[in-house]
Amino acid sequence: MNAASDVGYHAQRQARWHYGEIAFWLIVLACGFAFPTRYLIMTDILRLALFTMSLDLILGYAGIVSLGHAAFFGVGAYAAGLLALHGIINEPVLALIVAGLAAMVLGFATSFLVIRGVDLTRLMVTLGIALLLEALAERFSNITGGTDGLQGIEMQPIFGQIPFDMFGKAGFFYSLAVLFLLFLFARRVVHSPFGLSLRAIKNNPLRAAAIGIPVNRRLIAIYTLAAFYAGVAGALFTQTTAIASLDVFAFERSADLMLVLVIGGTGYLYGGLIGAVVFRMLQELFSTITPQYWQFWIGLVLVVIVLVGRQRLHRWVLYVPNLIIKQVAGRKAVVAVPESEA
Amino acid sequence: MFECKQLSHKATSRTAWTAAVAAIAGLAAIVPAKAEDSVKIGLILPMTGGQASTGKQIENAIKLYMQQKGDTVAGKKIEIILKDDAAIPDKTKTAAQELIVNDKVNFIAGFGVTPAALAAAPLATQAKIPEVVMAAGTSIITERSPYIVRTSFTLAQSSTIIGDWAVKNGIKKVATLTSDYAPGNDALNFFKQNFTAGGGEVVEEVKTPLANPDFAPFLQRMKDAKPDAIFVFVPAGQGGNFMKQYAERGLDKAGIKVIGPGDVTDDDLLNNMGDAVLGTVTAHLYSAAHPSQMNKDFVAAYKKAFGNRPGFMAVGGYDGIHLIYEALKKTGGDTDGTKLVEAMKGQKWESPRGPISIDPETRDIVQNIYIRKVEKVDGELYNVEFATFEAVKDLGKTKK
Repeated sequence: MNAASDVGYHAQRQARWHYGEIAFWLIVLACGFAFPTRYLIMTDILRLALFTMSLDLILGYAGIVSLGHAAFFGVGAYAAGLLALHGIINEPVLALIVAGLAAMVLGFATSFLVIRGVDLTRLMVTLGIALLLEALAERFSNITGGTDGLQGIEMQPIFGQIPFDMFGKAGFFYSLAVLFLLFLFARRVVHSPFGLSLRAIKNNPLRAAAIGIPVNRRLIAIYTLAAFYAGVAGALFTQTTAIASLDVFAFERSADLMLVLVIGGTGYLYGGLIGAVVFRMLQELFSTITPQYWQFWIGLVLVVIVLVGRQRLHRWVLYVPNLIIKQVAGRKAVVAVPESEA
Repeated sequence: MFECKQLSHKATSRTAWTAAVAAIAGLAAIVPAKAEDSVKIGLILPMTGGQASTGKQIENAIKLYMQQKGDTVAGKKIEIILKDDAAIPDKTKTAAQELIVNDKVNFIAGFGVTPAALAAAPLATQAKIPEVVMAAGTSIITERSPYIVRTSFTLAQSSTIIGDWAVKNGIKKVATLTSDYAPGNDALNFFKQNFTAGGGEVVEEVKTPLANPDFAPFLQRMKDAKPDAIFVFVPAGQGGNFMKQYAERGLDKAGIKVIGPGDVTDDDLLNNMGDAVLGTVTAHLYSAAHPSQMNKDFVAAYKKAFGNRPGFMAVGGYDGIHLIYEALKKTGGDTDGTKLVEAMKGQKWESPRGPISIDPETRDIVQNIYIRKVEKVDGELYNVEFATFEAVKDLGKTKK
């Protein structure tokens, strides 16, 4: 593998669909039928996955760090909640898009602040924006319901056909469909020349500018797109739980998101999805075992994950499946590094 | 320059496998096993976060009750499944659903804050299982589902009574400071209604954000308004902070008294609040100094087991589990949700807080409300009761 012509070749090859990916989505779909009693937590994982994918778009691909991604999640959540509560847009899918657009507008407006600084400044600016919105939501409690949250949201059926049920079955498949569609779009984006130019910017903005990439415009574009994704994740949250409270803007939400992405790995779209699965499973497992002190164990596991390294963990987890593949298919199953530098 | 050069298509398949394996292993691991001939109670409490003290007290009280009374009722073994919701409503809802669908619980109980109790209400209705509210205190809660029964209190009960008491005892001008969420607004409205009806005047009205309890700037405004007293509602747990800032700003020396529902002088924190709290008059359902033999035994046992004083949250939990036991006794171990709620209606018993009952119409608690003053007893600060209003219903509902 040498020479610059390889870049195009590899970029193309990577953009192609692989069996593993198809298997991944089939398994996710199968989970929907295999665990009919766990829809709520699985929906929660899907929402978190979408939200993490949004952060991955800016952090993993464009190198914009953010501690305030909950701002867009919150705007999406409240927008969807208010639309449903006041009966402005009753159809959930349409409301979802409108809520996403609301977050997108905010993302576009704040992107100018974000591109001005470097990492530390960006952390502060994004954090600040989220805190600002949280304070505003609390102040205008006549609109947002303040600490009590929006009460009494009733969701209309999807497309006027499929009602949301108590056990979250409709919510799960609805979230899955939204996640999958947005994933397809994100996949298209990151493998496009636009996506490749983002990676160039991430690696070295100066050099990227020198080869003629309009750095700021690209960053504004991806930040705005990520805001849309986060807004949709927030709207999904409100639509599937029928609750929106101040907690959607909470700093913990942004910080957790960073953890999820670190667990899953930045710079490849499945990172967010895998991180979300692992993070929620750990949380669920530990909080079942010890409701008081589960945060301690989560913390411990995170430290271990970082120390051991994802690479090695992947190898251990895949040891058995690989063995099987080797026996059955008679070929070496897995070789290379799954993600770009984290 | 392009790091992605190293990436191979196999990589994606590998990571996909990781996720798939992890997902299946994870889900399989946490599908719980079924148990025979037992009654399961799903307890949802804030065990972490700002309201953790509420969860801790209720959990302790339930443990204590089960130690004292045994864990078998009407031939069935009682099993408690505790879940943490950190007082965040969507977590409450997920926890409640998981408990109902997977663990097949016969009761859901706990609920540290009002939004949490409301979030679980539709699930209780649909699954037809009793929801025993042991802490949250907004009036509307029991109206949200015919399966909700409450053993804690409502803010209306104590706020109306302290309002009446204040006007009759020479307090004419009051400034109010309440937390800006449903219970706080309940407390404020019911107090104001009774206080102004009696001829009192509210000179300053301040709502503080629930999440950011820095009272200092508000207290300065209070001091400048020169009221006879300030009416305070902050959730249990923030009282200590409030009292500290109240003393720092010198409001105690300016002769401005504190009155309110008893949350601000919760027994849990009272003893560490310092002498500024002396003379604070509150109306509430429970004091650790309640002079009954039953309460003395309860306080002694609680102190022995957990090393500190029980507060009103602990009593809510203690009575909640008692109600569940009694309902099961009455149905003879039948766990049909509708029958259990019927069995709970009209129950009457002697609690550490005094005689209480469940209103058959509203499924809300009927209890004595005591007017108490903070005094020093044996070197410790206690809410000493000096007047009793008997069998107070939730005025938030009877009014309508």
